[in-house]
Amino acid sequence: MARANLLSSTIRLLDGPQTLGRGRPFWTSFALVLVLACAYPMFADGYDVGNNVYFFNWVFMALGLSLIWGYGGTLSFGQTAFFGVAGYSYGVISTNFGDAYGLTLVALIASVAAAALFSAVLGYFLFFGRISGVFLGIVTLSVTLVLERFMAQTAGPEWQVGTARLNGYNGMGGMPSLTIPWFGGDIVLFPDVQLYYCTLALLVACYLGLRLLVNSRFGNVLVAIRENPQRAEMLGYDIRVYQLVAFVIGSALAGLSGVLYTSWGNYITPASMGMTAAALPIVWVAVGGRSDLTTTLIGTLIVLGGFQALTIHGSQYALVVMGVLLVLTVLIAPRGLVFSLGALAGGMFRRKTAGRE
Amino acid sequence: MTVYYTLFTFLYQTGDAFAFLVLSACGLAIIFGMMGVINLAHGEFIMCGAYVCAASARAGLPLPLAVLAGALAAGAAGMLIERIVIRPLYDRPLDTIVATWGVSMIVTQSTLILLGSTMPGTGTPFGSFAVGPYSYSIYRVVLMGAALATLGLLWLGFTRTRFGVLARATIQVPHIAQALGVNTGLVYSLTFGLGAALAGLAGGLYAPTMTLVPTMGSAFVVEAFVTVVVGGADIFLGTAPAALVLGIIKAALTSWQGQLAGQIGLLVAVIIVIRILPRGISGWILRERA
Repeated sequence: MARANLLSSTIRLLDGPQTLGRGRPFWTSFALVLVLACAYPMFADGYDVGNNVYFFNWVFMALGLSLIWGYGGTLSFGQTAFFGVAGYSYGVISTNFGDAYGLTLVALIASVAAAALFSAVLGYFLFFGRISGVFLGIVTLSVTLVLERFMAQTAGPEWQVGTARLNGYNGMGGMPSLTIPWFGGDIVLFPDVQLYYCTLALLVACYLGLRLLVNSRFGNVLVAIRENPQRAEMLGYDIRVYQLVAFVIGSALAGLSGVLYTSWGNYITPASMGMTAAALPIVWVAVGGRSDLTTTLIGTLIVLGGFQALTIHGSQYALVVMGVLLVLTVLIAPRGLVFSLGALAGGMFRRKTAGRE
Repeated sequence: MTVYYTLFTFLYQTGDAFAFLVLSACGLAIIFGMMGVINLAHGEFIMCGAYVCAASARAGLPLPLAVLAGALAAGAAGMLIERIVIRPLYDRPLDTIVATWGVSMIVTQSTLILLGSTMPGTGTPFGSFAVGPYSYSIYRVVLMGAALATLGLLWLGFTRTRFGVLARATIQVPHIAQALGVNTGLVYSLTFGLGAALAGLAGGLYAPTMTLVPTMGSAFVVEAFVTVVVGGADIFLGTAPAALVLGIIKAALTSWQGQLAGQIGLLVAVIIVIRILPRGISGWILRERA
């Protein structure tokens, strides 16, 4: 009985009001997409599979930004700072301790924790200082730009942590990939089918977990704060704590992206915290529709795919196109292109079913 | 005697940092203070000013005129961007940040495509002077004078001219100003243009001292952001004192630990200041009137 209750309440949270895709049609297509995603490696070659993992790596950061910016209404423009902190931590820890006994997984957890801790300290000063939206955006952006400059000057031999050289602007390389200890030999997660399934599983878990979170009491309060901070405060919620927690969760997800990226390419550079790198997540999330997890997910994958196609065909124009896309989204569809299309489709569907009744 | 030399060096460095902070921040501060818009394309206006200044100086224009040309070009670009991108967004100020970031990406990358990864600059003029065993660049002293002159002219402009009065009226109560016959659209457009022109001025003035690359704006933006955050919304009661305080911090840390320590120190100072004075120095000074 208790288990049935738990199950039904979980389903209610997954299908709750703060997420756009709901009901039987959505979950049917969700299952369909998941099945297709699982079947994908059987039909594609190794390079494409590894490339898809690359796309998945970024989605964690985008989902975190959707939580902070879309649901919480906090402008955090420096998510790449946490990406970089976690990526470099993973590099330092895994280079020093190696990949035996599943130590890379410990490095993963420690690096994400380092990003979360850093965001908690920064977020304490920001949210408890009660600074307004605009200032929050530029302080977080400044943090990531200063971190980039700091890492860029670590070329000298004195910048060495244990056996790990930071290597300045050339970037840090040579760290081991994530490795899962398994009976009869470790599974090394090279950009291949095994890594694909692991990342996909992690992505689905994070997506569903965030759906639970935003539809829970916490998520409802967070949205209430976004809509009207003063009213939420008058109702007795400590808005600083809610915003800080959302910020830390979102930043930990950015950190997870950083670790997965570093492990995927065995490489991280200071440029991953620069101005361009910081702008790209804003483009993905804004174009997709920041106030919903599903549209963020879809938008991020579409924009990433489009960006890569453009980079291959007309290398230098890709960033111009990204800028134009961002400006047009803000001017024409401020809630996001995918979001607007989804709302349009949803409205048509509802009208059709209503007409039938 | 050495004490005095060290003191002079410190004063020189503080003045240098003060000039850099004032010049790079005042355009951003005017647009933010008057319109509530944070212009993330600020660095690109600086780059525009620097490029135009260097190009016209190399074409034979004397440097002061070249700097002015850079400022005018950036101002014109600013008014254009205000008309196309900013104007539809006045009722959504938070979205202007995102839109101007898009503009910044477009401009940086287009400059890279059109003009290449670097542009020949002009040499630093005036040479140097010596105090005791150390020698100092005269141009840096000119920059300090330019920063003070800019602040003075802005103060005169906002208090003594018709445009200044109309601009302040529009900022305080837009509808009433409009009802009294002020063309508020034009005032916003000119204010944004003024902010962009000040950014261009900073770019033009610093063009002889640095390498001209499409991303050079990002060398200014962190300092500009930080000064505006510490200063708050008022340029005279906020930006100027903030630049002085931050200039002292930056000069001290730079001479102690190097350039990067100065920047990190600035950022840490800002994060601590916003915990204590969330509305910046001007908010703290004006708290009794607010």
